[in-house]
Amino acid sequence: MDWNDLLTGSLQQALGPTAAVYCLAAIGLNIHFGYTGLLNFGQAGFMMIAGYAMVTMSTIWGLSLWLGVLLGIVLTIVFALLLGVPTLRLRADYLAIVTIAAAEIIRQVISAAKFSEDLGGQDGLTGFIGPFREVNPFSEPVGIEGVVMWSANDFWVMVIGWGLVAAACLITWLLMRSPWGRVLKSIREDEDAVRSLGKNVYAYKMQSLIIGGMFGALAGLVVTLRSATVGPSFFATDVTFFAYTVLLIGGAARVLGPVAGAVIFYFLITVLDLFFGQATSGANPIIPASIMNDTQASLMRLIFMGLGLMLLMIFRPQGLFGDRRELAIDAR
Amino acid sequence: MPDEQQERPDSSDEWAVAQPVSTTTAGPAGPAGPAFSVDVAASKRALADVDHTPGVAKPDPILKADNVVRTFGGLTAVDVDHLEVQRGVITALIGPNGAGKTTLFNLLTGFDRPDSGDWSFNGRSLNRAPAYKVARMGMVRTFQLTKVLSKLTVIENMRVGATGQRGESLLAALFAPLWRSQETDNTERADGLLARFLLDKKREDFAGSLSGGQRKLLEMARSLMTEPELVMLDEPMAGVNPALKQSLLGHVKSLREEGRTVLFVEHDMDMVRDISDWVVVMAQGRIVAEGPPDAVMADPAVIDAYLGAHHDTELTFEAEEQILAEAEAEIEQEAHSNE
Repeated sequence: MDWNDLLTGSLQQALGPTAAVYCLAAIGLNIHFGYTGLLNFGQAGFMMIAGYAMVTMSTIWGLSLWLGVLLGIVLTIVFALLLGVPTLRLRADYLAIVTIAAAEIIRQVISAAKFSEDLGGQDGLTGFIGPFREVNPFSEPVGIEGVVMWSANDFWVMVIGWGLVAAACLITWLLMRSPWGRVLKSIREDEDAVRSLGKNVYAYKMQSLIIGGMFGALAGLVVTLRSATVGPSFFATDVTFFAYTVLLIGGAARVLGPVAGAVIFYFLITVLDLFFGQATSGANPIIPASIMNDTQASLMRLIFMGLGLMLLMIFRPQGLFGDRRELAIDAR
Repeated sequence: MPDEQQERPDSSDEWAVAQPVSTTTAGPAGPAGPAFSVDVAASKRALADVDHTPGVAKPDPILKADNVVRTFGGLTAVDVDHLEVQRGVITALIGPNGAGKTTLFNLLTGFDRPDSGDWSFNGRSLNRAPAYKVARMGMVRTFQLTKVLSKLTVIENMRVGATGQRGESLLAALFAPLWRSQETDNTERADGLLARFLLDKKREDFAGSLSGGQRKLLEMARSLMTEPELVMLDEPMAGVNPALKQSLLGHVKSLREEGRTVLFVEHDMDMVRDISDWVVVMAQGRIVAEGPPDAVMADPAVIDAYLGAHHDTELTFEAEEQILAEAEAEIEQEAHSNE
């Protein structure tokens, strides 16, 4: 068992570009769920719309990638409006049903064979990354020798990704300390009370849905840039649930909760992956093949993550950085 | 109904933006309260000449409702032909359980939509106005089951109540200097109200940690942050201990002294008798009686509505025998007619 490899490999993932992607998605969900109490189970849909908008802008119309970014943001706003108009006047569960369905519909439509000429079907689209890599200021691998090392391209995505995370956290902090954020938190606690005080609850929920969705869109853009390709498999339903896991680990309604959550989530999931991978490989594995072979081992991380999430919800439902005091109130 | 009273000189928009509170326009002359220029004594005197009939017109109504009907399936929960609420006084809305009092509250404040009906506040129609607009017009309500914002502190609960906050728009929210001074003013006003409602020691506690009675106080204080002209309290005394009840009574009376109009639903008859200037009685969705508390509570229609028609006839042995004999005779007769 190579413990050093285990730790460095996990650190690489915990700070890597993918963690930044999930962090951005979770920041969006934090606005929705943590602050406003909206159950959005379709964050992957917001990500997908933005990712595909950016890519198709350059692959189909041959226009600038940056124009695609703009289109992606605009389309996610439209998507949020489409989801919100019929459901935000209803009980919270209706939004949950509609978002999860809408995200799946979009994924199925985009991957349909009928559109494969333009949208690439199941294989997705490539060949758009040039302009992004051209402006990469890094030409050598970056990192700390012997500990972590990222390729120049990965590091460039990391800079963009974590930079966006920082900006998103700043915006979240600015918004949530303001009277606007106070109205959102009040809506989470009791909509009718807020309505009785003269606030247009519907409009606030819509704004929350749009802003959280836009953070989701940023996540979609970053994951597309990181992979230099975009495909339907990047935006399956489990992406949304991983983002929720990230949010719940860090603690909902905390500005930095998603950041801590993303780092911890990716560290743990990689440690588990590498551990079971090493334990079942080689000529004389620690865990004999009669108990577990290496194909089975690759699923162990998800089993442990699920178990961990359950334990977290039972023993520390406010997440690692949540406020115990707030939680005591729920008992009433 | 006296139409000339409908248009008051200080109606509509003025009070909604009136801050600080003392700068309202001139109403009828007299010892005006700090919030609204309403001559409370004159309003009360005016009620003395009003008939004690259901749906009677008031000399200076702040709220008027006509033909408000709400049905739930086959059940008609509310069917109010006409209702006026006099400005500047405390009006109680009483009635047995299921009479439709809370449903009427919900309809008037935009929390529910009626099947038909018209109603207006200060002469402005409220038909189909959403709840938040009703509140902004100066008609604020509390709830039967208290709605505090549990995971916000008491002072934050209060701050939410302030209307017209610049920092509540998305763009301005990002830039604190745009709203900070207003926030300070609101906080000052909130602290004043917390002191008045004896909640200042709880300022930094989560609202969810308050007792039932304190929640009632907080809800009432928070509703005052909107500078309402009409305060609608849905069972303010429910679940409040007797000691706190007295102080709550005082608070409700103080609303009237400020020139606010109060309409409240209550089951506690002592409270109704003690503080209300006018009582409206509902039963089975309809208004069955109106009048000053003493007159209403002696009204046979009200007693019937609450207790059934025979509640006060004590049955003697003879009377019981007689009823029994009558019943038997009736059965006999029916048996005969069937033969």
